[in-house]
Order: sequence, then structure tokens, then C-alpha cells
Amino acid sequence: MALTFQRAPAAIAAAVAGLIALPYTGVADFYLSYLYVVFFWIALATSWGILSGYSGYWSFGHAAFFGAGVYTAATLAGKWGLPFLLTVPAAAAIAAALALGIGLVVFRIKSLRAEFFALLTLSVTYVLAAVVSNTPLDGGGGVYLSNVSIPQFGTTVPGAIYLLGLALALAALAVSRRILRSRVGAGLLALHDDEDVAEVKGVPTLHYKLAAFAVSSAIAGAAGAIQAGYLGYVTVGETFSITVPLYVVLMSILGGARHWSGPAIGATLITVALSLFVGGGHAELGRAGVALALVVVILVLPQGIAPSLLARWGRRKSAAPAAVQEPPKVVVMKPPAVHGATGQPLLVCRGVAKSFGGIRALQGVHLQVEEGEILALVGPNGSGKSTLINMISGHFPLSAGAIELAGARVDGLAPHEIARRGIARTYQIPRLFDHLTVLENVRLCAFFGGARETSGEGDAEALARRWLAFTGLEAKADSMPPALNLHERKFVEFARALAARPRLLLLDEVLCGLTPTEVDQAIAMIRKIRAGGTTIVFVEHLMRAVVALADRIAVLDQGALLALGPPRETMQDPRVVGAYLGTAHAA
Amino acid sequence: MSLTLLAQSAIGGVLLGGIYGLLALGLSLSWGLLRLVNLSHFALAFLGAYLTYQLGTQFGIAPWFSALVVVPAFFVAGLALHALFVRFEVDEFASMLVTFGITILIESMIQWFWSADYRKFESGYAQESLRIGPLFVPVLELAAFACAAFLAIAVWAGLNRTLLGKALRAAAHDGPIAAAFGIDATRLSYLLAGMCAALAGVAGVFIALTSTLAPSQIEAWIGVVFAVVIIGGLARPLGALAAGVLIGVSESITMAAVNPAWAPLVAFSILIVLLLWKPKWL
Repeated sequence: MALTFQRAPAAIAAAVAGLIALPYTGVADFYLSYLYVVFFWIALATSWGILSGYSGYWSFGHAAFFGAGVYTAATLAGKWGLPFLLTVPAAAAIAAALALGIGLVVFRIKSLRAEFFALLTLSVTYVLAAVVSNTPLDGGGGVYLSNVSIPQFGTTVPGAIYLLGLALALAALAVSRRILRSRVGAGLLALHDDEDVAEVKGVPTLHYKLAAFAVSSAIAGAAGAIQAGYLGYVTVGETFSITVPLYVVLMSILGGARHWSGPAIGATLITVALSLFVGGGHAELGRAGVALALVVVILVLPQGIAPSLLARWGRRKSAAPAAVQEPPKVVVMKPPAVHGATGQPLLVCRGVAKSFGGIRALQGVHLQVEEGEILALVGPNGSGKSTLINMISGHFPLSAGAIELAGARVDGLAPHEIARRGIARTYQIPRLFDHLTVLENVRLCAFFGGARETSGEGDAEALARRWLAFTGLEAKADSMPPALNLHERKFVEFARALAARPRLLLLDEVLCGLTPTEVDQAIAMIRKIRAGGTTIVFVEHLMRAVVALADRIAVLDQGALLALGPPRETMQDPRVVGAYLGTAHAA
Repeated sequence: MSLTLLAQSAIGGVLLGGIYGLLALGLSLSWGLLRLVNLSHFALAFLGAYLTYQLGTQFGIAPWFSALVVVPAFFVAGLALHALFVRFEVDEFASMLVTFGITILIESMIQWFWSADYRKFESGYAQESLRIGPLFVPVLELAAFACAAFLAIAVWAGLNRTLLGKALRAAAHDGPIAAAFGIDATRLSYLLAGMCAALAGVAGVFIALTSTLAPSQIEAWIGVVFAVVIIGGLARPLGALAAGVLIGVSESITMAAVNPAWAPLVAFSILIVLLLWKPKWL
């Protein structure tokens, strides 16, 4: 097996060299053009996957960016006589700029998730088509590029177009692969599953989406420029047709949109399959055959071809003795690096207020949390405990007041900024990234959380494994979250929050729904976390745990702080008893 | 531009909006209540149009009688398609792909059987129109609009006023919980899927009567009708009709006042503005 790994790069290099050499071997132009079409769709489908496949924001407007590239080339080279090769980067730049403009508007709208994004980008295509068609860019009659001289690189013009297509396809694949394996790729996959959680765990979702959108569109724009050179005559109807987005989506889904190679596999299969029928007398029957094949594949392999192949390959590989990996049992609780007991309060809430429409969920809460303290937030349902947690983690903006972490304002910051300053949280109902393994879930949080500063602790992978061991989940590292039970899911939430090495950990009802034994385990774990130097604020209804863990208790009632102090005295305060049981009993 | 021309194009727009609304109705219901984005709705509508055309031109059957055949047949086709979705547990995105494949399949079949040429169903009613002062109201388009309005109101009443409709909405909102309260969500979903396909058949009959038919026309409708579905709100029959009228009127006034080529710009600009502005009813 190791042998094939070493051979793979050499084989790929040889294949690429062979493809580059092909036009110089006197192959007929027909075959070069045929292969160019395959490369064209590989580049286009792969570029689509960079935003839409990874992040789940399905663009149906890929024709807009492709078309922007086509008409950039048509205008610059066809009308103004600029060298053709210059138009390719220009097309990429214009398409990327268009994407950034659109992205800056649409990505800021919180509710604009998947379907709306798809339709909005589709609409942009029609708008752009109408604009191009009604302005001198096209004028309605199409643009000829027959006068454009395409550099030949020592071969024929089809050979040169072939080489450009090859270069773009390879570049697209390399970029897509690089992104998938980088922080950006990890972030995009996470926001696919749950964007709010990704943001709270420290993923700068807006920036990543914009970057992916721009890169994706730039490649589509470059593909448009090359395609304009290949066609020699472009029209609005053909350029901005529904064919581009639909084919690109189909190719990606068929191949598998969450893997860098998936769109390319799908593009090759569909292009070849379609071409097999075009020549015959009944092209429409061929298309029907392809359509039928597509329906069958989607029904049978909903994840696409690439993941299915990878899974099969992975099964064979793991049949080898991979299980003997020594579990990193040793759990060293190093305190998070940035600390230093300064004696000043770690968290200060000054008059924090929040209204939802007419409902005042929080009305001016003042609260200080000391470094190294465990503070319990208690109160009846609806008293504003979870809202306060959501305000501290940046989930909601404040209506009034201020929140400071170690003396610096954090309210108004984006949630990922707050996460990077050392605040981590768990969710009452675990919100795991369902399409990432348990290990990947934790690793992502190690990647993006405050742990970035603690570079001395090994890479994110080691860190993630350590926290899985700490929460007793090392055996589940490769499981997918939906396969876990509630107790395990809650502990993955723990591990994710801890992997970020927070200074302040916010726990939202972590014990609710656990059995008494599991509660004991969790209490022991929270004690260990505090021993490691992390300050903890936790929301809890279970009084046994509150009394066992908390240094101080803050009681909230109807959005206001009712009482604050040591556990036993506070819980016996008549006002607190009244809030829980009703005033008649307290009187 | 004269007031008469403006009023005439507004009338044309309202009536065109009826067809948009009729097409959007089935799509909106299946998207909103079944969580299936049925791209093949357009292909089914065109298949219905071609069948009406064929029955009318070859056998001389009046379109109203063709509808009696086409609509129940499509109901059954809808059941069959839904059986496929249920069997393979197709989700929202996969449904889009599967139905796209089915669209291409139907389109190819249409092209194979009826060729790619443009066809026009010449019925006796095509030239008739009512005259109101200086304005003309074409009878066929008026019938299409009346039918769209009737169906939208009927579906609305069905969803909001009957126990069956309420059960449907509950099942769409949370299937397992609805099932726990004794709602047979699967059976309801079949009923709805069949109804959506039947609505495509109704739309097809009117498309045959009012439009020129060509296989390539199937894709031409997708953009506009999706815009109508979104503006109208998912699973809101009256919203779909109102949105259809809004888009239809704005399109035809643009065509008359500015230039036909700018019409798509207006429809989609409205959609973009509404998506960004996000009024409460959206």
C-alpha cells in the first residue's frame, strides 16, 4: 500500500506531462477539441464545487460568472483588440469582483440560506443577461471573435485552446484540493452543517464564504474567456442559458460535491456520455439515456460517485491492521497559555439588556465573573439564562449595555472574534457538525478557537485526540455524530469547547437528560476543567450539580438578576424561593 | 405612451400572471409541503400541453375534454413519481436533481415524438375577445386566469378550512410528531403529489391554448416561475397567484413601455429586491 502512495505522484506527473505533450504529437484537431470540452466542464464544475459543494450554498448563477468572463473576452479581445491571453486573467478578475459584490450583499442576510441563495444567483444571471443584451456589450446580435488571434504555443489553434483548457482544469483541481485541505475548507464544510455553530466556534464564516465565492467565480470567468476563444462567436442566449448551472450542478452531485475530485469525475462522465449520442441520428434519445442514468445514480448513490469510491477504498485500507494505534491516554491538563491570574474580573456584564420585539428577555443584568471561578446561572424557565449565554458568545447583538472580557469590550464583535478571544460555549441540545466525524468536529474547534496562540501544544489533530481522550470518547473518534447517543453527543460538545482552550467556558444545561451516573462523570469532568485554569459559567436546573460545583450562584428571574452569592445562602433567599415556587409559599 | 396602451398591457400582464400563478401553484405546494423541488413540473405541464395539442389537432377533441383525460392521468403519474421519492427517501436537493433528470427525459421524448419545431394549437377561441370600452380582453387568457384564481382559492380553502388540509400542513411542519398524533403523512403526501401533477396538467391545457409549443420552451419558464414561487411564499396558493400577477404586469408594462428585451430584468429585479428587503409575508 505504501508503494502505491509513493507511485501516485509520479503517475500523476507522467499523466500531466503526457497530456501537455499531446498536441505536439500530431493528434487530429478533432480529438484535441473533444478533450478541451472535457477540460472546460472539469474546470467549471470544479470551480462550482469550491463554494457550493463545500459550503452548501448552491449557486444556480454560475452562468453569470462564466458569462461575465465570456463577455470580458469578447469585449477586450473581440472589440478592443487586446491580446487574447490578457483577457483570461481580466475575465477572472471581473467575475471575482462581481461575485464579491453579490456576496457582500447576500451573505450579510442571515436568513438567506441555501434555497434563497440558489434562486438569487439564478436571478442575477437573468439580470446580467438582460443588461449585456441591451447594452453595446452585445446589443442583441452576438459578438464575433473571429478576428482575435489566439497564440499557438507552437501547435495549432485547437491545440492552444486545448492547452489553455488543460491548464485551467489542472489549476482548478489544484486550487480546490488545496482549499479543501486548508483551514478555509474545514470552515466551509463546517458551515455547511451548521453556520451559527461554525461562527461561534471561531470560523470567520463571512470571509470564508466571500473568498470561496470569489475564487470559484474567478475560475468560471477564466473558463468563460477561453470558451469565447474556442467558440469564436458568442451570444447572450447561449452564454447565459440554464445549461451551464444545471450541468455544473449535476456533474458535481454525480461525482460528489464534498470532495475536490468529485465534480471532475462527474464532468468527465457526463461530457463523454453526452458526446456519445450527439453524433447519432437520435441525439434526443441519447440525452434521454443520460438523463435516465442520472436519475438512477442520484437515487442509488445520493452522496455521489467519489465518496462511494473513497469509502470502498477506505474499507479495504482499514482492513489492514490500523487499529493498533496506541490511544494517547495521558491527559495532561496544562492551563491555557494566555492566562495569568491578574486578580481582575475575567468577565464583566454591565447593564446587559435584550429585547425581542416587545419581549424584554434581559433587562439590565450586571454581573462579574472572577478568573478561575465557577458561576452557576439558575432561574425558572424563560428567565433569560440562555439568552445571557447567547449574548456573551455573540449570538445576538445587545439592545443595551456592555460585555467585557479581561477588560476589553467584546460585545458587538462577530461571534468568531469572540471565540478567538477565548470564550467557548456548548449548546443545550448538542449541535454537532453531522457530516464531520467526531474527531473532525473537535479538530475544527482546536483549529479555530483560542488554541491558535497555544502553538506549543502540538497540532490540532493531537490536541483534538487529547480532548477526546479526556472526555472518554477516543473510541468514537471516527464515528459520525448521528450515530452517538445523547450522553456521547453532550461530551463531544464538551470536547469541542475544550479543544478551543478557552479562558471562559459557557455551559448551557450540559447535564440535562443525563442519567445520575453520567451526571457524576460530568461533574468530575467540570471540576477537572476548572483545575486546568478555565473559568466556567454554567446554566443548570439540576440543584445537586449546582451546589456541588458552583462557587457562586446568580439567580435570574424575568430577565433581571434576582440574587447573587454562595450557593446555599442564595438558594434559601426568600426571593429566590418565591421565584421558583411562587410568592404565596414564600410569604 | 397612452393610457389605453398602459391599461391594455396591464390587462395582458394580469392574465399572463394567471398562467404564472397556475404553474407556480403546484410547484409551491410540493416545495412547501413535501419539501420536494419539482423541476419536472414544467416538463409535465408541457407534456400536458402537447397531449392536448395532439388530441385536438389529430382527433379533433376539444381541449375541455382533453383536460378530462390529461388531468386524471397526470394525477396517477404524480403518484408514480412520488412512489419513487418515497422509496429512495429523496431529500430536497436530490429531488431537484432527480426531477431535472426527469425533465430532460420528458423533453427528449417530446422532441423525439413532436420534433423541435414550434407548434401552435389553433382552437376556435383564439381570436375571440371581450371588448370593454377601448380595451380587449382575450377570452382564452381570461379563462386561464379564472381557472387559476379558482384553483388557488380552492387550494387555499382546502389547506386552511378542512381537516385534511390542516393535517397536511402539520405533517409538512413536523412529520414524526404529526404521525404520533395519528396523521398518515405518507398517504397525505401521495395525495398532494398527485394533486400537484394534476395541476401541472391543468396548466398544460392552458399553455397549449395560449402559447407556442417547443421543447426548448420548457426551460424558458423555469426562471420566472421560480421567482413567482419565492415571491408568493412556499405553500401559499393565494400568494403564488398574486406574485404571478405582480410579475406578469411588471413584465408586460416593461415590454410595452420600454423594450421587450428588458422584461426579464424587471421580473428578477423585483425578486432580488424582495429577497433583500425581506418583507414579513415572504
